[in-house]
Amino acid sequence: MHHAATRTLSTLAVLSVSALALAGCGSSLNDTSSDAGGAAACGTTNLAMNNWVGYTADAAVYTYLAENELGCTIVQKPISEEVAWQGFGTGEVDAIIENWGHASLKEKYIDGDKTAVDLGPTGNEGVIGWFIPQWMTEAYPDLKTWEDLNKYADLFKTSESDGKGQLLDGDPSYVTNDEALVTNLGLNYKVVYAGSEAALIEAFRSAEANHTPLLAYFYEPHWFFSEQKLGHITLPEYTDGCDADPAKIACDYPPYVLDKIVSSAWAAKDTPAVKLMQNFSWTNDDQNTVAAYIAKDNMSPEDAAKKWVDDNPDKVAAMLEGIK
Amino acid sequence: MSAPVAPTTVEITKIEAGALQAAPRPRRISARAAILIGVGVLWLVTFALAHGQGTDTLPMAALNDVHGFFDAVKNWVADNRSSNVVLLALDGVRVVVNAVVQALLALLAATPYGLGYPEIGWLGSVLLFGWIAWVFGNVRVALLTVGFLVVIGVQGLYLEAMQTLAITLAAVFFSLLIGIPVGIWTGRSRRVERVLTPVLDFMQTMPTFVYLAPLALIFLIGPAAAVIATLIYAAPPVIRLTAHGVRDIPESIDESVASLGATPRQRLRTVVLPLARTSIVLGINQTTMAALSMVTIAALIAAPGLGQVVVQALQSLNVGRAFNAGLAVVLLAIVLDRVTTAIGRRADPAVVAARRTAAVWPRRIAYAVGAVIVIVGIVLSRSQLWAAVFPRQIEFGDVIESAVNAASAWVNATIGGATSALQEVVTTALINPLQALLEQSPIVVVMAAFTVIAFTAGRWALAGGTLAGMLVVWLLGVWGPSMVTLASTLVATALTVAIALVVGVWMGRVARVDAAIRPILDAAQTMPAFVYLVPFLGLFGPNRFTAIVAAVIYAAPIAIKIIADAIRQLPDTLGEVALSTGSSPWQDVTKVQLPMIRHAITLAVNQALIYVLAMVVIGGLVGGGGLGYLVVAGFVQVELFGKGLAAGLAIVIWGMLLDRTTQAFAHRAPRASTAPAAPARRLRRSTLTRTPRTATA
Repeated sequence: MHHAATRTLSTLAVLSVSALALAGCGSSLNDTSSDAGGAAACGTTNLAMNNWVGYTADAAVYTYLAENELGCTIVQKPISEEVAWQGFGTGEVDAIIENWGHASLKEKYIDGDKTAVDLGPTGNEGVIGWFIPQWMTEAYPDLKTWEDLNKYADLFKTSESDGKGQLLDGDPSYVTNDEALVTNLGLNYKVVYAGSEAALIEAFRSAEANHTPLLAYFYEPHWFFSEQKLGHITLPEYTDGCDADPAKIACDYPPYVLDKIVSSAWAAKDTPAVKLMQNFSWTNDDQNTVAAYIAKDNMSPEDAAKKWVDDNPDKVAAMLEGIK
Repeated sequence: MSAPVAPTTVEITKIEAGALQAAPRPRRISARAAILIGVGVLWLVTFALAHGQGTDTLPMAALNDVHGFFDAVKNWVADNRSSNVVLLALDGVRVVVNAVVQALLALLAATPYGLGYPEIGWLGSVLLFGWIAWVFGNVRVALLTVGFLVVIGVQGLYLEAMQTLAITLAAVFFSLLIGIPVGIWTGRSRRVERVLTPVLDFMQTMPTFVYLAPLALIFLIGPAAAVIATLIYAAPPVIRLTAHGVRDIPESIDESVASLGATPRQRLRTVVLPLARTSIVLGINQTTMAALSMVTIAALIAAPGLGQVVVQALQSLNVGRAFNAGLAVVLLAIVLDRVTTAIGRRADPAVVAARRTAAVWPRRIAYAVGAVIVIVGIVLSRSQLWAAVFPRQIEFGDVIESAVNAASAWVNATIGGATSALQEVVTTALINPLQALLEQSPIVVVMAAFTVIAFTAGRWALAGGTLAGMLVVWLLGVWGPSMVTLASTLVATALTVAIALVVGVWMGRVARVDAAIRPILDAAQTMPAFVYLVPFLGLFGPNRFTAIVAAVIYAAPIAIKIIADAIRQLPDTLGEVALSTGSSPWQDVTKVQLPMIRHAITLAVNQALIYVLAMVVIGGLVGGGGLGYLVVAGFVQVELFGKGLAAGLAIVIWGMLLDRTTQAFAHRAPRASTAPAAPARRLRRSTLTRTPRTATA
């Protein structure tokens, strides 16, 4: 038995040594495939890939332009939002191309340890709020603001909502003040947590297909808007500081100016990749279009980016201006 | 009954059976039943009188001091990462792990994000793995390995599968590096065992989501962090089974070798390791399967591979793509399970002896010829594009994807109405009343009731532990969400056991049914839950019921297997006697068989509970609410980190309480003379464990 064990080990050792030897010698496709031409000037950029499709759309177009027009190398790293910020200091992450707010992170990493800088808005404006499916906007034209909600509380009742109307909250990645809002606005509703974006979208889809009522937390820009025009229920207008005390909030979510956050060290290099990041700007419709190519039409992000770039030469020229 | 010898659970059976037989304390059932009924009545009365008073009212997003403390600790780590000695040492660990995993990735899959070509292309790696399976296992598993890897290639997922494999192998490597020495130490010292057992329990019950964020803080993100996260979950099985193997060595042997003057080192090499080998190899099998089950979770901290495909498909609700990748995970799991099991069988002393007497040279020559073919394959895969990257022309992943999408849409459209009616009924009839009872009763009453229940099961020790555990949950500020989770957990467990009784009895009585259903059960255990979440959302909507269904899918296979195996192991004569006295098959089942397997049923309940709790966090993604939602939110939202951690700890506490309580009840359930196999409690989620068998061998 002991022999057998030793033999097993020695065979494994021989095996791994020969595998490594083989890997070391002999011609490799890698030797011929590296094409360092333009990449040397631009270098490599580690782009964080947060996990929503709108982000993927931004990143795909940026990557397509950087690689094909400027000869840069972009390494896309799938990663969650909060964790990406931690990567700036270590060089694991160079850029986040679509950031939603995050005042506390900005304070910590931009003002605090200065590992990150803000490269300005992406041109997209984020709207967080309460939405109803498209069919309801036609069937209930008087359902427009929070003041109309109590009248319809019965309509939105489900098995989850304790006899009150249900407000479906969703993706835990986003800050929600909904419990406080329901209380402070005196709404006869209960917040139910769907738990993920997929759950929210599936809820809107089946609400539309079966004409069932639904009131849910959602956000723009989002590819889903190219499938369904959700109705926005307005809340009391947002004013500066009205959300200072989380327990007393009784106003709408602030409009989010989505921006690009990058590592300070990377920004200091001032390569073409940095300049392109500075110039990158487009509209909500642009992003929804590319995101829908990816999420609905099942195109790969690269193909989706190429299609948009080919269709929008003017916008592309503006982004590339002064770099090449 | 003619199932092949499966060492997988025989060993574990001994552990559990030993533990269970330790304290057979026959008590009068009626007294206990009276206490339990009394508790129930008192509880209902208090609920009727005082519901809504003295309950937990902390809103979902509100924090308490404990949560603030956890947040402060996290911030401290973030601020001191580059100055604190301990944190710098941990960073050293990361560097080492990273070097190993990057080397494996470069060898099999090239750089993680698809740049360049692997050192060994697909042709080379398929042949290499086939050869390894042949030399260390047998011809059958070698053919299976080659066949399944090619199928994965045809699915269009070869690169992703190799990334997953590289990370899994790295995690297994480090698990063994740490686990085997620790296991030997544990096996030789009762004191170490006592200290380590709760730690291992903790490592396996703590939802991975909970430590993902702090891990990422210390070990950053990417393959290295994924390996470390996987390691935490996957190392315990090999530690436990190594310890078990070492402990089982008769002391007389060890002592006699020692008396011959052997040094501890020699004793380890000549006695301990060889004798414990079967158990250690079984541990490697369990650890490998546990590591593979982490692929989708690891994707959340930027680990490349099949999990990434699943997670991204979930974003665009592409059921077909998620299924395709899930299928590849299942295939990979089957390969790894069968190969490690085959190696385990070779470790059996009898087999080793038999092979030694057989002709050696023909086999060696065959291996050498095989090795030459492998080398040719590797060289080709390094120089020829068609052998380096799996040819796209013969991929049919798209076909699978659209077929599954079409099927899912059809099912949704066809039975969608019926399923939401089912959801309504179960929610209003079962979940809501139970949740109201737990959530709206004064906290004091709930705690008192559970303490008394624990007392009837396990006397003072368990009652004290239960009360202490619940007080901690309360202090953690997550009592309310705990009750939501507990209600859903109990309903899911009840449904799981009900299904297990029906299907398990059927499988146990009809061998053909068993043969047909068992592979489906294996696949259900291996398929990443993320794959079936979207279709379930379509059928049932985002709510607690959907979370319950996901948990039942995950927990039912193990419970069904326990029941089926227990039924099958009842002596045939019993049924014949029953039939000859004129009883119907129904009477045979209800009056003879089920009472005989009462012990197996309590074990099925225990297993169902543990498995259901493992799915609480996944349930949080589809509307389960409660602790699961808080854990998910804590992972993605910086403001809720502390609360998420508190919720994770609460899940661990409830897991331990429910486990100990059901085990205590199981102790006291009368055992049938043919004791059914006790399953692997702590090896849960070890997928594809086959045919649990009795310890009679």
